[in-house]
Amino acid sequence: MDGFPVLLTILLAPVVAAVIMAFIPREEHMLIKCIAATGTFISMALSLYVYFAYDQSLGGLQFVQQIPWIKDLGVTFFLGVDGISLPMLLLTNLIGFSAVFASWNVNHRPRDFFILLCLLIAGVMGTFVAQDLFIFLLFYEVVVIPIYILVIIWGSTKRVTKEYAGMKLTIYLLIGSAFLLVGVIALFMKTAAISGVPDMSFTGLARAAQGLSDFDQKWLFALMLFGFGSLLSMWPFHSWSPDGYAGAPTAVSMIHAGVLKKIGGYGLIRIALYVLPVGAKFWAPVIAVLGVCGVAYAAMAALAQKDLKYIVGYSSVSHMGYVLLAVASLNVIGLNGAVANMFAHGIMAALFFSTIGFIYEKTHTRWIPDLGGLARQAPRLAVAFMLAAMASLGLPGLVSFIPEFTIFVASFKVYGGLAVVAIAGIIITALYALRAGANTLFGPPRPEYDSLRDIRGPELVPLAVLGTVLVVGGILPFLLFDMVNSGIVPLMAEISGALQLGGSF
Amino acid sequence: MNVDLSLLAPEIAMAILGLGVLILGLLVPKGSRHGLGWVTALGLLGVLGLTISGWNNQGFLYEGLFVVDQYAIFFKITFLTAAFLVTLGCMRYVDEMGDQSEYYSMILFATLGMMVLASAGDFMTLYLGLELMTIAFIVLVCFRRTETRSVEAGIKYILLAGMSSAVLLYGLSLVYGVTGSVVISEVGQAVTTEPVPALILGVAMLVAGLGFKISAVPFHMWTPDVYEGAPTPVTSFLAVGSKAASFAILLRVFVAALPGLWAHWTMLAAILSAVTIIVGNLVAIPQTNIKRLLAYSSIAQAGYILVGLVTASEAGIKGVMFYAFLYVFATIGAFTVAAYFYNVTGSDEIKDYAGLSQRSPLMAAVMVISMLSMAGIPPLAGFVGKFYLFKTIVDNYLWLALIGLIMSMVSVYYYLRVALVMYRDEPVDNTPISLSGPVALTLIITMVATLVLGIYPGPLSEVVNTAAHSFFLH
Repeated sequence: MDGFPVLLTILLAPVVAAVIMAFIPREEHMLIKCIAATGTFISMALSLYVYFAYDQSLGGLQFVQQIPWIKDLGVTFFLGVDGISLPMLLLTNLIGFSAVFASWNVNHRPRDFFILLCLLIAGVMGTFVAQDLFIFLLFYEVVVIPIYILVIIWGSTKRVTKEYAGMKLTIYLLIGSAFLLVGVIALFMKTAAISGVPDMSFTGLARAAQGLSDFDQKWLFALMLFGFGSLLSMWPFHSWSPDGYAGAPTAVSMIHAGVLKKIGGYGLIRIALYVLPVGAKFWAPVIAVLGVCGVAYAAMAALAQKDLKYIVGYSSVSHMGYVLLAVASLNVIGLNGAVANMFAHGIMAALFFSTIGFIYEKTHTRWIPDLGGLARQAPRLAVAFMLAAMASLGLPGLVSFIPEFTIFVASFKVYGGLAVVAIAGIIITALYALRAGANTLFGPPRPEYDSLRDIRGPELVPLAVLGTVLVVGGILPFLLFDMVNSGIVPLMAEISGALQLGGSF
Repeated sequence: MNVDLSLLAPEIAMAILGLGVLILGLLVPKGSRHGLGWVTALGLLGVLGLTISGWNNQGFLYEGLFVVDQYAIFFKITFLTAAFLVTLGCMRYVDEMGDQSEYYSMILFATLGMMVLASAGDFMTLYLGLELMTIAFIVLVCFRRTETRSVEAGIKYILLAGMSSAVLLYGLSLVYGVTGSVVISEVGQAVTTEPVPALILGVAMLVAGLGFKISAVPFHMWTPDVYEGAPTPVTSFLAVGSKAASFAILLRVFVAALPGLWAHWTMLAAILSAVTIIVGNLVAIPQTNIKRLLAYSSIAQAGYILVGLVTASEAGIKGVMFYAFLYVFATIGAFTVAAYFYNVTGSDEIKDYAGLSQRSPLMAAVMVISMLSMAGIPPLAGFVGKFYLFKTIVDNYLWLALIGLIMSMVSVYYYLRVALVMYRDEPVDNTPISLSGPVALTLIITMVATLVLGIYPGPLSEVVNTAAHSFFLH
């Protein structure tokens, strides 16, 4: 497939689907859903192809496409994937495809829903394949608007109203990105002054940023840390996450928790750390402390919740704490763990949210005391739930065990005591995940749910797709780790010099 | 003296067009005047073509009284595009008001005033252009003369515009008194870094006079009332054309005539810009009327554009021009929706926009896209525009960049409230709104332009680069 623009096709397939849907009469529900499914399927199939066609022995950016874009800003429309972005791209498409099926029962204005969903998926993908900071930013905020509209129309009002949830998601993301933007503009001006030619590509920025003073690196990194950190629900900027997921419709929760917040972690590694290693070294202890606070605080908060979506919402904050801790370790093992854990958590959270979505759809409640014994009436639903819960607590044999183990190994070496606290978080995670499972699925079946219909047909797709990845990723971890490693090793090799020289906190 | 009239061709054509429409209106019987809208729109398109074809034809007329550089030509293209879109999008609104020939000829004369203003090489031409524009706008603002609000807006505008003109004129006379010249380039050479107090006073008055036109805080008080009371197409043209023209001359006066005083007014510009951004965005939040909301948002937009003045560099001028151009599409898109909505429902209240996404998906989409472009959300044009503006100030005015970007995220809050009403709520009246051809065309043009300029700004950016470069060539 030489010369065929694979990445562009992956990126545009959902957009084309959205455009086609716009011209279909709004009553044609089934046709609309099929088009959305086709569009996302094309992206998923092609990204699977790219994942396995990527030559790990060669490494570096592959499937590259470069078109000069804005001359005076040094922007090129630069697409490419390496070992860090490929798992994220694959993750996006696995979840995107599943999200379409998790929303199969949306019958209120489905045309608008699936158009926005497809645009959202395309926007998220764009951030992972862009190798130019400007293009990255173009995609970074595209997602805000579809998310807002999806939440306010199709969301649910429980503890917080859907309007509140939608606005909270939006404002947090935007305020974070305002700081990020200041950092990016300042970085661009400073690097352009150093190298003499404006260049917005990641590699170009990283090369020129070596000439930055330590002080510049530090404050620029701080701005980016705030921007990316608030998207990654870094404690104490995490409060949008549980409220937002609770108000959002299933598909949005899946995509937001599954991949969108990972843009924060990805950006932290790909942009902040790669371009500003000295700043990263300076702020690493802060990141580690905030990460561990997030792990402990959110796990405790999850214990106290009775709404299923709040449990998973807090649990995702807690898992992102591990990612932050891993990034802060600033070594190859830790970063491998960070990227792998983002992938694993994405799959797990998406499966969790899709299952909760089905439970809510069928029982009209997410309140745990009102649920119980569902395993009897809906065994397939229970399988999905338990798979996700087990992955959440890091059961060996599922995809999330090895990434978490890796993170502990890496961070124990650097942060000793903090890592111990983080490991203790696992115990709490086990507690709330098992308790949620037990109270929802087991115990005496309730008569009011006897007529409940188990998931079937298209509803099984999320379980099939995401469940398969959970198991395969656990049994054959090298599929994920070799890939991530092939991206992290060269990245670390490039910045290791700066990391050793740079001043510490 | 050898006068190259080809340099003046667009202005001459414009004057002929304006008079022609006026005369045509007298010849055509009252009932069949709606064709005048098409005459005006096509005429504007013709003048636009003429202006673009003269892109490389630069020079001076009358010893520097009238400057035709690519900077001026670019602004003329901006005004003409705005006038064309306003005319095309609001024909139905004008037909309902009646008196088409007066309306269209006033629009044309206002545009002519802007064009003269962009080319002004000395203070006299400047004042001439400014007054031509302002007087035409005074007529336009109170065009719905049977309506109290429109007349009230007209009176407010005439009083305050008269005031600001007086202040501006006094400022100009002080500058003339100190430097002994009215030609901008000569003033630039005469002004030294050690100013006399009279010159400082003159500059302060210039800031106040022009600050009124661009509705910078604290000279913005008239904006919401006038924007609300004026007929919507006029509001739209006032927000775009008048503002862009005033920025064109603001840059010319400050950067070309007063570079010696740069150290004195640059901080002033930064503070004005910050205050304007903050006040405009914060006061927009509680508004319930779409025109008032857009009025406050346009105040905030003026604050962003002022950022380009702070550095007084080629990059800053480039930012202003780029932003002014894309601002045309965003603003006219939003106002055209508002005008058409008023024609159909007779309301400007945001709550009546409920369910617009189901009644007319195109109108709702254009409104959201226009507003988000003003907020600077990628991939819309406003994002690139803000990038160009703010990149000039990160080195010396980082605080201003932070304020600007944070406040533009705050603006998303009130823009999204409109989106909330349009998308979430069910319509009270379920009948679909059918768009007539020219309105649909206008909306599609503004939407496509906003998207394309945002995703692929390269070509425009290069045009603007040359235009900004020409500013410093003489």
